Amino acid sequence: MNDKRYLAINDITKHYRVHQTTVKALDGVNLDIRKGDCVGIVGESGSGKTTLAKLLLGVEPATTGSMTFNGIVLPLKRDRSLRKKIQVVQQNPMLTLNPKRTIKQTVGLPLRIYGFNGAKTLTQKVGDLLDTVGLARELMDRYPSALSGGQRQRAALARALAAEPEIIILDEPTSALDVSVQARILSLLKDLQEKFSLTFLFITHDLSVIRNMASSLAVMYRGRIIEAGQTDSIFKAPKHHYTAMLLSSVPVVSLEEQNAKPQWTWTRALFEGEEKYSNGCSFAPRCPSSDEPCWKLVPEEQEFANRHVAKCHHPRSSS
Amino acid sequence: MIDTLLNIQDLHLKFDLYEGSSHVLNGVNLGIGKGERVAIVGESGCGKSTAVRAILGLLTGRNVNLEGSIRFTGSELINNSDKKLWRDIRSRRISMIFQDPTAALNPVFTIRDQLVNVIRRGSNVKNKRQAIDLARSALKRVAIADPDRILDTYPFQLSGGLAQRVMITMALINKPELVLADEPGSALDVTVQEQTLHLMRDLTEEAGAAVLIITHNLGVVREFAQRVYVMYAGSIVEEATVEDLFNRPKHPYTQALINAVPKLTGGDLPTAIEGVVPDYIRPPKGCRFHTRCPLAEERCRSPQKMINVSRDHRVACFLATEES
Repeated sequence: MNDKRYLAINDITKHYRVHQTTVKALDGVNLDIRKGDCVGIVGESGSGKTTLAKLLLGVEPATTGSMTFNGIVLPLKRDRSLRKKIQVVQQNPMLTLNPKRTIKQTVGLPLRIYGFNGAKTLTQKVGDLLDTVGLARELMDRYPSALSGGQRQRAALARALAAEPEIIILDEPTSALDVSVQARILSLLKDLQEKFSLTFLFITHDLSVIRNMASSLAVMYRGRIIEAGQTDSIFKAPKHHYTAMLLSSVPVVSLEEQNAKPQWTWTRALFEGEEKYSNGCSFAPRCPSSDEPCWKLVPEEQEFANRHVAKCHHPRSSS
Repeated sequence: MIDTLLNIQDLHLKFDLYEGSSHVLNGVNLGIGKGERVAIVGESGCGKSTAVRAILGLLTGRNVNLEGSIRFTGSELINNSDKKLWRDIRSRRISMIFQDPTAALNPVFTIRDQLVNVIRRGSNVKNKRQAIDLARSALKRVAIADPDRILDTYPFQLSGGLAQRVMITMALINKPELVLADEPGSALDVTVQEQTLHLMRDLTEEAGAAVLIITHNLGVVREFAQRVYVMYAGSIVEEATVEDLFNRPKHPYTQALINAVPKLTGGDLPTAIEGVVPDYIRPPKGCRFHTRCPLAEERCRSPQKMINVSRDHRVACFLATEES
């Protein structure tokens, strides 16, 4: 069968052995990513967002399941031509840029590994990349410690772009930055996506950011995607109670946004449930609408509208 | 303000550095009433945390030059060397909640040891057993179902949310008059942040404690505080009730900050603020924001005074009075 999907994640699980127990970091994840899309992955810490990124990058093997890219199964060991296609930008640029290398060395490394257009020198090419991300060429010979947070993140982006990827995984790219800087990085990301027709996998816990960046969204909770679909559709009418809780938690700056949040009441169960586990729906211990079946049966995926799916026994009505 | 709890007048702070004198706080005026929830908001590097450190008397050292007045219920705190007063303040009357609870709790002691230690310093308990009883009931109030298990754990065994609740318990257990919260929960998930704010609001209201919250997140300000101070480069540039600040922001910096926040309702990408927070050794003259301000004029290079817009709304900008 010819697989026409671009990047597809098929029933991936990832288990870690911790002492005597098995931690299911990913528990049956399915996701289709279309070319040129910006797909948001949201969820609390520990929901498996970054684990998913690691598997896509081939840093770690999946326990079961497969991933395909342009119809080809992504192996763990990849050759250069495949590896260059998927690049990553991580959260804290202070930790991901080598402090002992200048920006030129850091950005130049992927150029040297993957090769580049021979008509230009490495310096010229690095300079071009810095132009692309809005970083002054003079900063090329500086070390990361001499740059501000926003500048460092631009350098990290330049490094990712140096490999001429098709897909960039953005793992919390702005959460270490101030709001005033964040806005600039976000608009840079949008420009770059358009300019190089990139596909983004945008991992974040900031829903206001994702609302403005992603066209579609996957909400993760304890290793499962519990709701997915068009960003608009999910924000307007979340079906899963967990999504509603996430949305209602976002602190907002205007009454208009306040009114757009789903109705949600904080109860003691929400706090206390954090430590409990269920064999059925993983959110059951915290969910205000959970009953017997929620604790026993894993809910099936249900489609609501226009590719908007959720796994919940008692989906929220769309009012 | 009816009853002033904390009153900061014309606070200046300079650090003498090798490169010169760094003028970090430039005439801060700030007041907190009893039981009031006040926020200081601004970008990182604006002096928010430094101001809080000054309140707790933590800025010591030969290169620190602190001038002005910080009065806490009648006692002047600046250059006060009364050890008994400081012990009373730090152990009981003013407490602090930090950004990252997992980093703020001591990793080598159990929660029990740490809570008991705090209680015995600041509360009137006779023995350890009483202290443990108090700790247990306090943990129950932050929705911890089995406090005995939590008491026996070390901080690294707790999830971020649980550690944050332990931190809140610790900060409130000695019934402080003022709680200082430096970016509470912002190192954690939105859901945990929301829980933190909920619990802090409920518990401080119950205890009648005032809160000074420091944050760069305007959403947190709007949902938690009653009054706000906007701080830029060591000065307060605007002071207002939450309602006034979000509906009628006057200072260009406040307006720019609000516009930089991505909206949950979507629409366009937010607008960034050009430039960065200035260097404190050679700060811009006059209004320190004028180097980044889209509306700056020549007169902005001369000193600004706080102008009254309405009863509780003050702003340090020439333009504020000239609008219709």
